[in-house]
Amino acid sequence: MTAIPTKNRIEEDKEMRVAYCEALMDLASENENIVVLDADLMSSMGMVPFSKKYPERTFNVGVQEANMIGVAAGLSATGKIPYAHTFGPFASRRCFDQIFLSCGYAKNNVRITGSDPGVTAAFNGGTHMPFEDIGLMRNIPDITILEPVDTTMLTDLIKQIAAPFGVFYIRLLRKNAIKIYEEGSTFEIGKAVKLLDGDDVTIVATGIMVDEALKAAEELNKKGIFARVLNMFTIKPIDKEAIIKAARETKAIVTCENHNIINGLGSAVAEVIVENYPIPMERVGVNDLFGEVGPESYLRGRFNLTKEEIVKKVEVVLKRKERR
Amino acid sequence: MLNEEKIKELKKFAINIRIESMKAFGNLGFGHVGGSFSIADTLAVLYGDVMKVDPKNPKWEDRDWLISSKGHAGPAIYAALALKGYFPLEVLMTLNKPGTRLPSHCDKNLTVGVDMTTGSLGQGSSLAVGVALGHKLDRRNNYTYLILGDGELQEGQIWEAASYAAHAGLDNLIAFVDYNKKQLDGFLVDINKPFSISGKFTSFGWHAQDIDGHNVESIYNAIEEAKRIKGKPSVIVLDTIKGKGWKYCETAASNHHVTVSKEQMEEAIEELKKQLEEVMI
Repeated sequence: MTAIPTKNRIEEDKEMRVAYCEALMDLASENENIVVLDADLMSSMGMVPFSKKYPERTFNVGVQEANMIGVAAGLSATGKIPYAHTFGPFASRRCFDQIFLSCGYAKNNVRITGSDPGVTAAFNGGTHMPFEDIGLMRNIPDITILEPVDTTMLTDLIKQIAAPFGVFYIRLLRKNAIKIYEEGSTFEIGKAVKLLDGDDVTIVATGIMVDEALKAAEELNKKGIFARVLNMFTIKPIDKEAIIKAARETKAIVTCENHNIINGLGSAVAEVIVENYPIPMERVGVNDLFGEVGPESYLRGRFNLTKEEIVKKVEVVLKRKERR
Repeated sequence: MLNEEKIKELKKFAINIRIESMKAFGNLGFGHVGGSFSIADTLAVLYGDVMKVDPKNPKWEDRDWLISSKGHAGPAIYAALALKGYFPLEVLMTLNKPGTRLPSHCDKNLTVGVDMTTGSLGQGSSLAVGVALGHKLDRRNNYTYLILGDGELQEGQIWEAASYAAHAGLDNLIAFVDYNKKQLDGFLVDINKPFSISGKFTSFGWHAQDIDGHNVESIYNAIEEAKRIKGKPSVIVLDTIKGKGWKYCETAASNHHVTVSKEQMEEAIEELKKQLEEVMI
């Protein structure tokens, strides 16, 4: 794995969905078993170019997510490698039983992409704002949950998961990400990337919170606090080794996620810590609330998904660390 | 057309499916007798004649597939598979026992010859559509057979799958509805009326037939007709009796999942053996 953090974290020109479609078209050109499934969100997911190039390998079933997942599972039973995608809430809670049984329990080979995670659903509002998709998926045995942070990581991961057999959930930011990695970076599923080293505290972040975590680390640095930042892009299986190492070496952890703090990244990290190396820990995330409508900038503040909140939680965790 | 000899053979096969699954139910003390017995004749026609399968090569790529979305018909399917030679008949005695390869609901990862894992009603329909689409993509000349329960048709997912199957023109998909009139809590007409099942499928763009689901000749002919229909999926609505073949079960008020004592098992087997003798005359 060579993941090279960029020094210039700016908004990317290419949308994540464009990179997603391009990666799938590359895969499809090499492997005739690659098929894609849509549920009337082909345009939103940026998949029109794929459907034009590979019409016979595109199955847009219409507005029926449960059927889409079942059809994907059935296709995989005949040797196809399906990628099914729709907005996050429809790709997770809407068809949870189908993912659990027809994909997971039945041991079928399916990749499911849920887009617009958490507050990035913005103007679609609370009905479309998944703060619980990771939580749902974590309860499916053997599933792999990935949250690619930028187009470089997305492209690498989408291509990597074509070969292994199993059920994969990809939490996809659909529009423009902040560039975190230099082009050509490669990643190992299940291994966190250390973006910044430090010994005072570890900030474990995923998705849009990675950039916030790095900004928070810069703020903390000015105060003489040196934070380690881990990009935990694989939420399951979680990188226990990196978490235990961080716990042992920094003795304080703050997790950051664009998701409910219940059953998401924070919970996954906490489970590792309490069983292996108990140390003070704080969670930044949505505090058990439903979503609401608004611009993303407003929602980030509304749900405390900000660098300021991370700095605050780091200060809290450091006080707890001192008291020990 | 089936000849007299073949008709006799299939009738015998159906009764033997009931006898062998009854032994497993009796050994266990309970089970989904009603829905296993109502579908036995169709299973006999499928495994006894129609389906292109090879028990020696159960994963043969060009085989016909059978997906029972009513996964609780597992015991009847296991009996059919054992009689067909997929595994020894003795294995049927392990039904639902700890560590068994024969769970109450079908599991493709446990049972040789079972093509799909099912049990949560409705889901087998989409899985079958996916399998049929996969075979179309591979230009295989095979069929996917799907068994649906009548109560199961209350699941919305069935109609999602039905809608897309017709849109995709899946003429390699042939579905059966085991219209035995009863669901777990009682009669469909009292719980959630089915109205015209074939009418519903027809309006969804399917070719539909209504037949006697306990007449092997009618079942065979309906499948042959379904195969002649191009450009659309077919459904065969089987007029059946829940618990068919065991009078006690046929007439029991609640016969979805029943307890089976050793005495009842012996009684039922005796009854079924008489039916076997009648076929032989």
